[in-house]
Amino acid sequence: MKALFLVLSAAFLLAACGEKPQGLGGAKHDAAPHAGTGVGAFTAPDWKPGDKTSWEQKLKTRAQYGQNDYSRAN
Amino acid sequence: MARMKFVCDAERCIECNGCVTACKNEHEVPWGVNRRRVVTLNDGVPGEKSISVACMHCSDAPCMAVCPVNCFYRTDEGVVLHDKDVCIGCGYCSYACPFGAPQFPSAGTFGVRGKMDKCTFCAGGPEANGSQAEFEKYGRNRLAEGKLPACAEMCSTKALLAGDGDVVADIFRNRVLKRGKGAEVWGWGTAYGTKPAAQGEGVKS
Repeated sequence: MKALFLVLSAAFLLAACGEKPQGLGGAKHDAAPHAGTGVGAFTAPDWKPGDKTSWEQKLKTRAQYGQNDYSRAN
Repeated sequence: MARMKFVCDAERCIECNGCVTACKNEHEVPWGVNRRRVVTLNDGVPGEKSISVACMHCSDAPCMAVCPVNCFYRTDEGVVLHDKDVCIGCGYCSYACPFGAPQFPSAGTFGVRGKMDKCTFCAGGPEANGSQAEFEKYGRNRLAEGKLPACAEMCSTKALLAGDGDVVADIFRNRVLKRGKGAEVWGWGTAYGTKPAAQGEGVKS
């Protein structure tokens, strides 16, 4: 009787171990933008996909050239 | 490291809605959803000001804080994005956002919200960069193409600036010094918690 009680107790307690997580897990992992898209036709020239430094430099140059009209007109 | 930010120069915005059109066209945003819009204060009154408004990709984003399913994430570049596969369309982010950025497509008579949509800083979403799945859910990933957001690059008066916070703040500061007025940067303090160097005392943010 005691053994049966122990077996049933163990089965009841161990049942929780098989419970699968029900959380949504949050957002998926996103690739870094400097990795590029792999589509050469749409990729801006003068930077190397995968090279973070060249990507950052490209965006800074583009921001200055495209948005800072004082550096171009004055 | 680049920290992406928007600045809208109210002294230059002429309410042409070019930014809105550029965004809608670039990402093929559906009817009823405007990731960006132009708001005019004191419309029709002399001295009216217009500002282009979208997600500001806040440093401490309220939408991220209130999302019950944790669908938001921030990239290393400071862009606040979300995962539409996780979003349940509860609308909490819409109530929390000080800029009214999160948009919900009207999918039914009784306002079934569907998946939230918002400005991605042209950085796509968690799907593979440049993939068809990413485009269909989030639009183009211009950042991964080495480009800046279409709204800012299309802005005819360069009122809307986008890019690395240091660069756009420097451009704006230079403008303010040259013209000697208009240091107010609408939304900057709310979104990023700090004021740029050009912003003086006693001005609203």
